[in-house]
Amino acid sequence: MNNLQRELAPVSAAAWAEIEKEAARTLKTTLAARKLVDFSGPHGVAVSAVGTGRTRTVAAPSQSGIEARLRAALPLVELRVPFELARAELDAVERGAKDPDLDALIAAAQAIAKAEDHAVFHGYAAAGIRGICEAAPGKPVSITDNYEDYPLAVAAALTRLRAGGVDGPYAIALGQQCYTGLTETTKGGYPVIQHVRRLVDGPIVWAPAVEGAVVLSTRGGDFELSVGQDFSLGYLDHGKDAVRLYIQESFTFQPLSPQAAVPLVYGAKAAKRR
Amino acid sequence: MAASSATLHEDPAKLSGETVDNHRAIVSLMEELEAVDWYSQRMEACENAELAALLAHNRNEEEEHFAMVLEWLRRRDANLDTQLKTYLFKEGSIIAAEGGAADGAAGAASDGSLGIGSLRGIGSLDVAGS
Repeated sequence: MNNLQRELAPVSAAAWAEIEKEAARTLKTTLAARKLVDFSGPHGVAVSAVGTGRTRTVAAPSQSGIEARLRAALPLVELRVPFELARAELDAVERGAKDPDLDALIAAAQAIAKAEDHAVFHGYAAAGIRGICEAAPGKPVSITDNYEDYPLAVAAALTRLRAGGVDGPYAIALGQQCYTGLTETTKGGYPVIQHVRRLVDGPIVWAPAVEGAVVLSTRGGDFELSVGQDFSLGYLDHGKDAVRLYIQESFTFQPLSPQAAVPLVYGAKAAKRR
Repeated sequence: MAASSATLHEDPAKLSGETVDNHRAIVSLMEELEAVDWYSQRMEACENAELAALLAHNRNEEEEHFAMVLEWLRRRDANLDTQLKTYLFKEGSIIAAEGGAADGAAGAASDGSLGIGSLRGIGSLDVAGS
């Protein structure tokens, strides 16, 4: 038994299988950064940090003639989202029910997926993570609710990437508001998202944790997500009617080449952006 | 392009660079194992001791190449990583290990990971008409 303590849960094999299937399906739909950035890992639950290759000089030991440097590392942050499932619903799975109420699990998976993506795209200061949008140099490209102009904003971002020597393939992570606007607005008889599709040669990804959108290169080597323990399900405790489980992971993120991304920010937010 | 590298089963325009790289690795694995098989048969049938020793040496190098490429692939395929951790370097029945893995999927013996890993190459919005 490991720290997840799943063996202690009053959950049948069939119910665990259903829980895992639903969790994986939700995560794969919601996660965006993993579709775009380099992935390192999973390195295992025992890994605590990722080396940066940097050092800083520290006070020397008492003996003279000795220099000391402390190796710099990025610690992994552990995220955990507890949730509660009705035991009656899990028992129903064992009896062959195909529509168990796993809404709490889905909500937990969406929450942790968005938390990972928000850290990657917008940073997570408490965990020492600089996000892609935070680290991107220069001003973001401004966008508005007029989605007919959206292809121009994407083209401007691509021009900046190319001018900066950043090669493709180029991709776009679309926040919820941008995704809705691009799919609901038509230009020349076609949804604007089709016009955007013609501009980029890489993936267009729905990224609900992103505010605005991000145009970035997927050539590799620019952004690295390092995962220790990949998304895992564990057991907390249970009562007569419900069992409490959790979903957790450990990770950190490094924008190695911040110039390989250009944020698209709604005008009002752009003004507030630090 | 070598024939073995021209065996993509889908339109290359629809495949990510990652998938094509994985294809290259998988084809390499197939070629290395095929070479191992050939060398093993030749060394066994060969009546010249010096040549047989040379063939054995070469066979062993092919196995080294196989292991190196397999490790490259394992680092990029979370499910393959899980499978190798389940079955490799274990004592006892391999079939029994499968039962243990099944239990693990149900919460008993695995590390509990959902095996999400990298999602590069999947999940791009299918923009009809593009």
